[in-house]
Amino acid sequence: MASPIEQFQIKPIIPAINFTNSSLFMVGAVALIVGGIMLATRKRALVPGRGQSVAEVLHDFVAGTLTDAAGKEGMRFFPLVFSLFMFVFTANMLGMIPGFFTVTSHIIVTFALAILVISTVVIYGLAKHGTHFFGLFVPSGVPAWLLPFIVVIEVISFLSRPVSLSLRLFANMLAGHIALKVFGGFVVALLGAGGALTILAPLPLLMAVALMALEFLVAALQAYVFTVLTCIYLNDALHPGH
Amino acid sequence: MDPVAFKFLGAGLACIGMGLAAMGVGNIFGNFLSGALRNPSAADGQFARAFIGAALAEGLGIFCLVVALVLLFT
Repeated sequence: MASPIEQFQIKPIIPAINFTNSSLFMVGAVALIVGGIMLATRKRALVPGRGQSVAEVLHDFVAGTLTDAAGKEGMRFFPLVFSLFMFVFTANMLGMIPGFFTVTSHIIVTFALAILVISTVVIYGLAKHGTHFFGLFVPSGVPAWLLPFIVVIEVISFLSRPVSLSLRLFANMLAGHIALKVFGGFVVALLGAGGALTILAPLPLLMAVALMALEFLVAALQAYVFTVLTCIYLNDALHPGH
Repeated sequence: MDPVAFKFLGAGLACIGMGLAAMGVGNIFGNFLSGALRNPSAADGQFARAFIGAALAEGLGIFCLVVALVLLFT
């Protein structure tokens, strides 16, 4: 029986240019997003049709999340945030199709996305506010004797942001897919055991179905959490100092 | 006992932290729900904040999972 982590193996498809199954699904996700959005907004009717409504709902959802967290001037980061949300969401959902590869279950992919967000925050914050950006690490209203400790804690918490942002998405997808595979393995093992144990085989199958529903929720939720945290970090770049 | 056994014991112990993170996440959503039932009109505005808190609490549990995975697979 296959090991539960075999599904995450990266296999080269075109070895000459290092095109792997991971790259294939990344390109597939991007093609799906671009194709879907272009198809949906092709007509640009005043009264939106079905496809255009979906595109508008997605736009308003991300725009609402961004303005709630970072205010009106946060909208200048809308292309970045919308692309991140759509990519993570589509990659998570593509991974839910049995047999498909989950791009976001590899830490290098999620870490690249997180580093993109954090470097945007640091570069934009330094360019716009200069040294005032470091006011981020000095909360106001803290007693002077407590300040050195607070600053150290704030710096550590800032440095752990890319790590936690990437690990959260990666570990959720990894753990979910391993759990699904383990329960699938139970079904096979019970069917193969023979006798009275074969009758028990539907039980882990039911559990796998329930877990599948939970994984769809997690896939959507983690895309949302990634977007919300991105918006909050971008807010720090726009308005440093507490 | 051989060192490999201790590795697996350590991975198991690291998973205790995930249970503690589960308590934290449950605490957040439990309190959110009890507050939302008292004042349902204010609940929608705090929905994103509840998820941010849950995501931060969950992240610490995930660090434990990563420690367990590193112990198991390296």
